[in-house]
Amino acid sequence: MSATPFLTLSALLFTIGAFGVLVRRNAIVVFMCVELMLNATNLAFVTFSRVNGNLDGQIAAFFVMVVAAAEVVVGLAIITSIFRTRRSASVDDASLLKY
Amino acid sequence: MIAFWVLAPVMVLAALGMVLSRKAVHAALLLAVVMVSLAILYAVQDAPFLFVVQIIVYTGAILMLFLFVLMLVGVDASDSVVETLRGQRLAAVVLGVLFAATVGIGVAQTTLGVVTGLDEANADGNVPGIAVLLFSRYVFAFEVTSALLITAALGAMVLAHRERLGPKETQRSMSQRRMREYVATGRPLGPLPTPGVYARHNAVDTPALLPDGQTSSLSISQSLQARGNVRQAMSGEVDETLEQLTSEQERRTTTGNAAPERRHGTDQGGPA
Repeated sequence: MSATPFLTLSALLFTIGAFGVLVRRNAIVVFMCVELMLNATNLAFVTFSRVNGNLDGQIAAFFVMVVAAAEVVVGLAIITSIFRTRRSASVDDASLLKY
Repeated sequence: MIAFWVLAPVMVLAALGMVLSRKAVHAALLLAVVMVSLAILYAVQDAPFLFVVQIIVYTGAILMLFLFVLMLVGVDASDSVVETLRGQRLAAVVLGVLFAATVGIGVAQTTLGVVTGLDEANADGNVPGIAVLLFSRYVFAFEVTSALLITAALGAMVLAHRERLGPKETQRSMSQRRMREYVATGRPLGPLPTPGVYARHNAVDTPALLPDGQTSSLSISQSLQARGNVRQAMSGEVDETLEQLTSEQERRTTTGNAAPERRHGTDQGGPA
């Protein structure tokens, strides 16, 4: 099967994720949108791995998953500590560095 | 191929729903749909290892972590619709469309050539193939990953750690505090009174009766009191029940002895 539909789907999911990051305020939902973008790139990696006939793309997807896991752990810890001090999970409220 | 055309619309709809849903829990569940569908697409594309990892690590671990934090951090706090930046949503839509067009043109203009397929690379099985690559060419990256994971775990512990502000309360200090409270306010030293036990109610929402005929508020959980779910022990319910019973009695006497006799008959008929 041709690889183009998979790549189109990957691009579409990445766009939706990027749009979500721009639009949403809840920090956790923004984070989920970042995860969606990472997953979309993983789909592209796996597709290219099949196109090229070697497993390097799958290894790349595997590393993306590992980094995503580490990122989620630290990111969610930051969100909980911000929530503990500010009682809010909105990204608009964490704006003190601006001033 | 069928799997792709079935799953692709589902994934796009779920992703859109995730971005547009007001409640964060709905977003998390829709993200789970996207991730499981992605796992199936990996399986379709000759990547059984990534299929399993996607389900175990992404859907099983990461998404559940998301849900845990969601439950900790205000699950009922839905996003506000008010735009803090004027025209942010419109700008985001324009940017999204432009980005989609850019990437779409990129995908459309590339020629990928013939799809080789992974039959040769997966000849010894997908997992051994990945293992050979991971422990030969990518062994350095793999080892660095361990440092990353340890740093992430430590970072999460440091960030989520809460410093203790006062000294820890021991059993001794607690008993001393209770004794001081008893001297100051006369609060009873023993355990709190149990809920009331009556002929018709003995649930935790029924207050106990004090010797002087009043109910004891100490016998009811504070959260029940805050919700206003406390049953009145001395309500008019007794009178109501009494009335009901007497009216039933009257009805029975006017209709004759039919009712008790019938019951008697079924009792005898039961074992036979």
